[in-house]
Amino acid sequence: MPSAAGTQAMSAPLLEVRQVTKAFGGLVALQDVSLAVWPGQIKGLIGPNGAGKTTLFNLITGILPPLRGDILFRGGSIVGLPPYRIADLGIARTFQNVQLFAGMTVLENVLVGFHRHMQGGLLDAAFRSPRMRREEREVRERALGLLEEFDLLRWAHEPVESLPFGRQRVVEVARAVAAAPILVLLDEPGAGLSGAEKVRLTQVIRKLCQDGVTVFLVEHDMELMMGLADEVAVLDHTVLIAEGPPAVIQSHPAVIAAYLGEAEPTHAP
Amino acid sequence: MPSSRRSPLAGQWLGGVVPLLAVGLVLWGRRHGFGPTEYLQFLVDGLQAGAIYTLVALGFVVVHRVTGIINFAQGAFVMLGPMVTITIYGRDWPLPPAARLLLAAAVAVGLTAVVGVAVYRLAVHPARGASLLTKIMITVGVYVALQGMALLLWGPRSYVLPAFSTLQMADRTFALGDVLFKVQSLWIWATTGVAVALLTLFFERTMLGKAMRACAADRLAARLVGVRVDAMAAVAFALAAVLGAVAGIVVGPLTRPTYDMGLEIGLKGFVAAVMGGLVSFQGAVVGALLLGVLETLWAGVTLAGFRDLFAFVVLILLLLVRPHGFAGGEEGEGS
Amino acid sequence: MKRLSSSTRAFLLAAALMVAIGWLEGARPGGLSLPRLTAGLVTLDLLIRAGVFTIILVGLNLLMGYAGQVSLGQAAFYGMGAFFSAILTVKTRNVGIPPALAGAWWWPWLVMGLGAVMVGGLAYLIGWVILRLRGHYLAMATLGLGIAVFIVLRENLGLPRLDLTGGFDGVVGIPRLRVGAYPLWPVHRYFLLVWAVALATVALGLNIVDSRLGRALRAIHHSQLAAETLGVDAPRYKAQIFATSAALASLAGSLYAHFQAAVVPATFGFVPSLELVLMSAVGGMASIWGAPLGALAVLLLEELLRTRLRLILPGTGGELEAVAFGLLLILVLLFWPRGLAGRVSGPLRRPTPARGAG
Repeated sequence: MPSAAGTQAMSAPLLEVRQVTKAFGGLVALQDVSLAVWPGQIKGLIGPNGAGKTTLFNLITGILPPLRGDILFRGGSIVGLPPYRIADLGIARTFQNVQLFAGMTVLENVLVGFHRHMQGGLLDAAFRSPRMRREEREVRERALGLLEEFDLLRWAHEPVESLPFGRQRVVEVARAVAAAPILVLLDEPGAGLSGAEKVRLTQVIRKLCQDGVTVFLVEHDMELMMGLADEVAVLDHTVLIAEGPPAVIQSHPAVIAAYLGEAEPTHAP
Repeated sequence: MPSSRRSPLAGQWLGGVVPLLAVGLVLWGRRHGFGPTEYLQFLVDGLQAGAIYTLVALGFVVVHRVTGIINFAQGAFVMLGPMVTITIYGRDWPLPPAARLLLAAAVAVGLTAVVGVAVYRLAVHPARGASLLTKIMITVGVYVALQGMALLLWGPRSYVLPAFSTLQMADRTFALGDVLFKVQSLWIWATTGVAVALLTLFFERTMLGKAMRACAADRLAARLVGVRVDAMAAVAFALAAVLGAVAGIVVGPLTRPTYDMGLEIGLKGFVAAVMGGLVSFQGAVVGALLLGVLETLWAGVTLAGFRDLFAFVVLILLLLVRPHGFAGGEEGEGS
Repeated sequence: MKRLSSSTRAFLLAAALMVAIGWLEGARPGGLSLPRLTAGLVTLDLLIRAGVFTIILVGLNLLMGYAGQVSLGQAAFYGMGAFFSAILTVKTRNVGIPPALAGAWWWPWLVMGLGAVMVGGLAYLIGWVILRLRGHYLAMATLGLGIAVFIVLRENLGLPRLDLTGGFDGVVGIPRLRVGAYPLWPVHRYFLLVWAVALATVALGLNIVDSRLGRALRAIHHSQLAAETLGVDAPRYKAQIFATSAALASLAGSLYAHFQAAVVPATFGFVPSLELVLMSAVGGMASIWGAPLGALAVLLLEELLRTRLRLILPGTGGELEAVAFGLLLILVLLFWPRGLAGRVSGPLRRPTPARGAG
């Protein structure tokens, strides 16, 4: 794991959220939130339920526009770009309520992940052009290789909805990785997983980091989070209340107060 | 999780589009040489059409509020009303013509209500686990089946329903200034007014009405407090059938009822309902009257056959600008 | 690749069957013919119409079953193609086309292609706007569109003096197609042409399904949100497939026009659009082979009703068809959402149960 301090000293932030505010009608979801994600790190985002974490992810990936503020990726503003353009820039994500393509196999799901690295269009598809055939062959190989890395090869041709929940989450991560992102946003990947599945998830995320992918992670499971993250940001009721290394955050009075205000940090939804 | 993007045109646009359309049509009419008399006539005729659309639209709104479905068979109810009335009226009952007509109409409305409940029980209720779109498609199938049955029973010809005040084909007319009124129009307005009033009273004052509103607001919660959601849906369909049948009967003397009359009236009533967001009675009434007037204006300035085009163009525009209608509701509903 | 070769096998089988039928009808060995073999039920007329519908349905299935976008107005594009061909091959003087051009053997073919491209292009623009809608709103919009087009066709495009579409009565005298001096008539030759195009369309459809685009479409259907975050330009793809389905429908319309030699607006209204949806549902919306299956099944059923029912209930005929059609739609949707091809239908599928621990 690259040292957070070293990274920060030498480079600019990969993702910068600047004073972002988001409201739904009269309901404020995020208020003046600013944070940064540095290249190569695993950044965590925690906070009680309803604090606005998924909303932030939705803003970053272009699903919703912020009311105020700016979001920069590699120095350029991405506010106002449609989601597929933001994906093209190198941001991928998983969803809190797994958004896999039901009715398609595991392999097919991952193949969609490779979408932006292929070029074949309507005519190529319709007439099976040589370019299309070559691309399909190559991508299929890469996809199978990816499945093997994630230990999913056995279920490559199974419909995704037939997999146990924990494995579905891994498929979603694999699909996101297939897009070869620079930054991947994981929204509560550990939710609903068994102990063993969580261990595997941790390995997967660590490997991502080793491969040079920056990870921005929302997670409720404190152990999971603190064990993985280089740096953690804390959202409480639409506002950022702390940001720093896990050890500091864990003993931060405002953070403790926020969590005591709710029952206790949950380990599963 | 929010899933759709904003509409391409802002909702406020529509508020400007409608008066603009009206102004545009009026100006175009001037080129045809229309003066205030003609425009007043258009207004009167438009309000008459609008009243009919109101009844049909309310039928859509009632069903949609309680079940969430867009009931395509509504047009068939509009057709059944007058057709059955004509058939019964044509029999030799030992009654004076006025009573015969009243009896025929009452029986027709009752029968259509039964058909409405049957539609719910036999076609809609069995599909309750399916997607919303499937349920709508099923009501489309119901419409086609009912229209087909009408074709079978009554053939393709058009029939005559006597005007209420003369009990003959020709109606009485009177004039206010240079503007002509048909007496049947008065019947139409009166019926619509009474229907809207009764409907409002029903939903606001009676237990049944309130139970139905509860269903519309939250089915699960309604069920939990003991409301029989299933029965409420059947009542909604029956109500819609009654509204449709009444609309068809009261406009019957003016349009020569025939087996396929339900299609266009049904779709126009639907457009009016959409203007009210499919959930608001007042919105539906306003939408229907607006539609009636604007459509009549349009028909006055364009070629005759293009009259029906108006409603569909409005429908498409509406869906694009504000699928949830004037009456509000949130942005961003996924499929 | 097992699936591919079974498709190829089906393909070759279908092609062989069509060639055999074409030969049978052309040669009539020993007085045998298709109607005689099938007790009058199956005629070349029916098969040609099935072929025409297959072309439309491949596009419709791609749109509804795979991309999950509903269209209740597909007959509009079908009609546009038919009238485009009709007008530019019959009313040539009204439009200012020199007779030398209009008489050339390749002119109707050019018109056919042009029509498909233009209708496809128009659909692309319309689709871009209209496909922002989802679910039943999209259904309503396409319904409105279908009827609007029908009205315009019925009203002579609003230009009665030019007399292009002929109002209610439509256009007659549409020429037969020929290649050079070789006429694609009598009917068994035209049958082979139509099915050659239909099978080619099926092949096209199968190719699209098993490709990057096909996967992207299915992804959009199941979760447009996730698809977009993976770089899928959903609006563009939806518009593309909408345009493709429109172009195919237009092509089918042109082929139909040259077959019937006459076109009337009534063929392209509200009920025909629904008939197409019914065929799609019966055959299996999320299946390319469902296109020919659905078309044949529904047409055969209609034929059965039309001819046989008269024996059971004398005095009835076409009217019962309409009732049956409506009932069939209901029954299929209720009890048979997968259709003949056995694949789960597109936008009409049961909503997937909520996943997740909570």
